Amino acid sequence: MTGRDNPPASAKRSSLLPGEVVLSLRGACLGFGDRTLWDGLDLDVRAGELVAVLGANGSGKSSLLKVILGQLPLRAGTVEFLGQPVRGGNRRIGYVPQQKLFDEATPLRGQDLIGLGVDGHRWGIPLPRRARRTAVADLVASVHAESTAHAPISRLSGGEQQRLRVAQALAGNPALLLCDEPLLSLDLAHQRLICDLVDQARRDAARGVLFVTHDINPLLGAVDRVLYLAGGRFRVGTPDQVLRTEVLTELYGSPVEVIRSRDRILVAGVPDHPHHTTEPEV
Amino acid sequence: MQLSDLADWWNQIFTFTNYGELLALLHNSILAGLVLGITGGLIGVFVMARDMPFAVHGISELSFAGAAAGLLLGVGVVAGSLIGSIIAALLIGALGSRARDRNSITAVLMPFGLGLGILCLALYSGRSANKFGLLTGQIVAIDNPQIGALILICTLVCAGLLVIWRPLLFASVDPAVAAGRGVPTRALSILFMLLLGMTVAVAVQIVGALLVLSLLVTPAAAALRVSSSPVVVPLLSVLFAVTASVGGILLALGSAIPISPYITTLSFLIYLGCWIISASRARRHERGSTPSAASATVAR
Repeated sequence: MTGRDNPPASAKRSSLLPGEVVLSLRGACLGFGDRTLWDGLDLDVRAGELVAVLGANGSGKSSLLKVILGQLPLRAGTVEFLGQPVRGGNRRIGYVPQQKLFDEATPLRGQDLIGLGVDGHRWGIPLPRRARRTAVADLVASVHAESTAHAPISRLSGGEQQRLRVAQALAGNPALLLCDEPLLSLDLAHQRLICDLVDQARRDAARGVLFVTHDINPLLGAVDRVLYLAGGRFRVGTPDQVLRTEVLTELYGSPVEVIRSRDRILVAGVPDHPHHTTEPEV
Repeated sequence: MQLSDLADWWNQIFTFTNYGELLALLHNSILAGLVLGITGGLIGVFVMARDMPFAVHGISELSFAGAAAGLLLGVGVVAGSLIGSIIAALLIGALGSRARDRNSITAVLMPFGLGLGILCLALYSGRSANKFGLLTGQIVAIDNPQIGALILICTLVCAGLLVIWRPLLFASVDPAVAAGRGVPTRALSILFMLLLGMTVAVAVQIVGALLVLSLLVTPAAAALRVSSSPVVVPLLSVLFAVTASVGGILLALGSAIPISPYITTLSFLIYLGCWIISASRARRHERGSTPSAASATVAR
């Protein structure tokens, strides 16, 4: 099922049926210049499903999210969101970026970052409407960020910031959450917290989640399936199916060892990308 | 140094004889200062958020070149500076989307513009009092048709800013997420550079090319020291810019000294005041925060 059967209905409905296909890639190929990042990618993300995207640097994890956001064109294949080809700026897709530092020249407090998610795309100046205030307050409460709602954004720690980012991405009740390395440079406690918040957000409204991360461990309790990208190829499956020595060795084409120690998974011996080039900035 | 010398200087800097008559004579300049203060205060918030103070300086040097060429070719100072600053703004916008590229492009354009302007002024055989006014301010020389043009440009800029305010703020502080949400970040960036070029062209007429930053950057930077609210910062920035520009003109009315030093000094003093407020706040904050308050933000 690709969701192509009834596109208008699923595109308009605000709540999703569990198991409904939210995102669908078929034969998708992405490359820059003479380099192919991945080819023949088939992937369905269903409502309420959390799929982790793993792989070495430069394997095209973040580029996959840009394709879904409509910011990068595919070389071949299709990508559909709720049964429609993706386009730029779909507000039913929430996006949680990497943590970045805001400098002191940023005229925003915690709640204003969330407010930009609510109506930052609209023209004009934001007028003080009750509906807007309520929407922002609800989002602040949904991630328990009351203590940072009024603090200047430049003073917040990475973890506090990412908590607000999750709330910002939830503005507009998205059917799909795209998380682009949101755990990078966070301490362990905050990595757990952000994973819990994303997990909660998808259970609350049966949202699909695509979670790009270089470390699967903070997500292990929540992840349903894994998409592992390496060397222009990929594997999709449950963590137990994909994160195995023989599977990754075959995928990388060189010996890679997957070590399970208690409830942690470590991947050792990942080769540097054979022809490593930096991806163009989009 | 004699005491009478000091008094002489003082009287040169602050003279208020026949103040009423001068006020009536120079209401055009005051109006220009007011409109520029509002526009500069508003656009300054985005100049800061987009990290472009140096680019503003570069644009103003090319605006100076345009104004000097306008003087030489007889098309007028306002038209010349407008053309110069819009070309510079669009060039910097197109070639320098990243801060590092932008700084080097600006540094390349700036001396070129300044040199071009000096060349045009050297070739110009008209009244020489106009010449360096372009660099250091010449508001008193503003006549009626000019003031009409300046007010029109400022009105257009303010109207444009109000229309694109929200998405421009989003695109300025958070470009990746804004693009994901469908904000046309590229188009907004070009539009912003256009509005910035127009504002700089007006500011060059009033405070001079070398001092544009005092109205386009300092007030917003001062406001950001004391607030982070997206509503309070622009309002304070406008208040500071208007205080500096109109206040500077009022102080300078009777004296023989150009208006610019009054404007730049007021602007700087306002920044200094805001800096002192923010520094003392930070010290109080440090003393007031306890370990339990810090950890409360971490816990769920």
